Amino acid sequence: MSTDRPSGSEEARLTPSQTIGPFFAYALTPRAYGGAELATGAMAGDGVPGERIRVAGVVLDGDGAVVTDAMLEFWQADAQGRFHATGNAGFTGFGRVETTTEGGYSIETIRPGALPGSDGAMQAPHLTVSVFARGVLTRLMTRIYFSDEPANQTDPVLALVPAERRDTLIARRGEDGVFRLDIRLQGAGETVFFEA
Amino acid sequence: MSLIYPRESAAIHPANASPEYKSTLKRAPSQPLVMLPHSLSETTGPVFGHADVSELDSDLTRRHEGEPIGERIIVTGRVLDEDGRPVPKTLVEIWQANSTGRYVHVRDQHPAPLDPNFTGAGRALTDSDGRYRFVTIKPGAYPWGNHHNAWRPAHIHFSLFGPSFLSRVITQMYFPGDPLFRYDPIFQSITDENARARLVSRFDIEATEPQWALAYQFDIVLRGRNATPTEEPHEH
Ligand SMILES: [Fe+2]
Repeated sequence: MSTDRPSGSEEARLTPSQTIGPFFAYALTPRAYGGAELATGAMAGDGVPGERIRVAGVVLDGDGAVVTDAMLEFWQADAQGRFHATGNAGFTGFGRVETTTEGGYSIETIRPGALPGSDGAMQAPHLTVSVFARGVLTRLMTRIYFSDEPANQTDPVLALVPAERRDTLIARRGEDGVFRLDIRLQGAGETVFFEA
Repeated sequence: MSLIYPRESAAIHPANASPEYKSTLKRAPSQPLVMLPHSLSETTGPVFGHADVSELDSDLTRRHEGEPIGERIIVTGRVLDEDGRPVPKTLVEIWQANSTGRYVHVRDQHPAPLDPNFTGAGRALTDSDGRYRFVTIKPGAYPWGNHHNAWRPAHIHFSLFGPSFLSRVITQMYFPGDPLFRYDPIFQSITDENARARLVSRFDIEATEPQWALAYQFDIVLRGRNATPTEEPHEH
């Protein structure tokens, strides 16, 4: 007798999403509350090989107002384009930050390597990003690419994005070396979000 | 075991453009989502372990000097994939208001008392059978500014990872029979009645502990199916 439940039974139907709400910080990003954090914006320890980069920006709503109660999560490959997950050698590839009272976010990590896409074509280096916030009922998924990567030209995912909107996924390196990309939830310059 | 992530089942998630919930009005994207093929960037995800979670993290009533005020409850359930298989060793994070409906969060302005013996944050890892268990206090309903006389039904916020970026979900668990369900635009943002019902925990007399605490069961199903389903066994 099989112990597997028949597929399509009620208990195997997905649990629907709900908003993270405004009051998650003391549990999920609890530094200010003295809690232990599972992950922060410091994504790579000192010994992790790769080019150290900082990525920063602001989260904005449809009025251009800053979003001060969002949580962003980042997921990335290492410098060789491999995923680690378990965090051997001080690098899991996972980061989590709450936006500041100015709507800002900032992470310090290593530049990810290129890696194969779903059809075998190489993907340009990128971060995978989840946006959770009050007023966001279902997680928004986006990516952050880097302006100085020639491989962006042939990236199979950027190729799916209308050309005039690709810039919303590409962080630009400033004079200070910081890669900057704002996340606009709605309206002019709206960030490209994915269905996956 | 490698998993695939059918897109159709994800259609039950609430639309971000759900205007009855006012905070969505300026935060829901107006452009169509772009279909993303599933590559390693999506089918992998962080793994947490016992270094991240201690035994005490799942008992929200024993974090302070004294015991919190309110109705002590047990919240237990299983985390499953879309085939109904357990998701073992996965992280479950919860947070909630105290029994008066007040959050510890600094921006919560609800004029109900904080409880010095209750923070309201917990973590657990599922066991090999996908099971988790928290001990906590039943949260109170609380008012919010969405519309006149708006109150959230009592709920516990849940955050889960599962095996990959694609299985990640944040949701809320409710309590059976809450009269506020029909007035709550967050709960009602899920348009499918059966899907809404899956967020309502079930009173569980079996897990209820005599002389101590009522139990509620809340099973959670994350995205993911077996890529190579074994043939159904036939009885001849
Ligand atoms: Fe809440």
